[in-house]
Amino acid sequence: MESAVLPYLFYLFAFVIIVSALLVVLLRNIFHCALMLILCLFAVAGLYVLLQADFVAAVQVLLYVGAVAVLMIFAIMLTSRVFGVDLKQQNEQVPLALIVSIVFVAAAFYGLGKTVWDIKDASVPADSTMSLGKLLMTTYVMPFEIVSVVLLAALIGAIVIARRN
Amino acid sequence: MQISLTHYLALAAVLFAIGFFGVLTRRNAIGILMAIELMFNAVNINFVAFNRFITPIEFTGQIFAIFTVVIAAAEATVGLAIVLLIYRNFRDIFVDNINLMKW
Repeated sequence: MESAVLPYLFYLFAFVIIVSALLVVLLRNIFHCALMLILCLFAVAGLYVLLQADFVAAVQVLLYVGAVAVLMIFAIMLTSRVFGVDLKQQNEQVPLALIVSIVFVAAAFYGLGKTVWDIKDASVPADSTMSLGKLLMTTYVMPFEIVSVVLLAALIGAIVIARRN
Repeated sequence: MQISLTHYLALAAVLFAIGFFGVLTRRNAIGILMAIELMFNAVNINFVAFNRFITPIEFTGQIFAIFTVVIAAAEATVGLAIVLLIYRNFRDIFVDNINLMKW
């Protein structure tokens, strides 16, 4: 990819992410929020492609957009009363939450301005997916197995919790 | 014009703060779960950006990002199951009305 286009792509994705994330948090209709969440997740996947993380981008689209977002929409559909747009969607903590969030961003930006990172010049190898697979099967095989068990436990737990008895 | 690591980290910080704001202010339990997904994504952007700029050969950041995605999926599954159960019992998913365990 031409490096001249990359900065513009970054700013495009960043703009889409920020705006759609704000809409997720602020819109009154929860179904529209879910659609904005999907847009935000897609833009994050685009950011991963810019960062040369092809496999993570694919996982993002498959797992987040394909599974988690659809799960959210299912849950919205199953819990009715969601289209009552007249219902109040935000509690009385808005001013306090706004202050806390702004303080967090200010502190993070202050820290970012102070920190000097140990940047490596090497670029990510082109066959990143193959290297990732090898790493998951050698160095990181133990966490890989543990996370599989965690996922299985979550699956069984969700079925047990949601089952009608 | 070059996009540096700091650009990505700043974007992730803003996204995290937006998600945090959503968690604190939403009344709808599903809205809270969606805001938590935003926070997960902010963390993942950090991981992948660190991978690109600091450990490009070792892939540490991408491995972490994949594990985070798996944990986020597990969290969403269990969270939504709990929300459905609460809805079935209370006919309500607004968290300020569900105060059974509040002292």
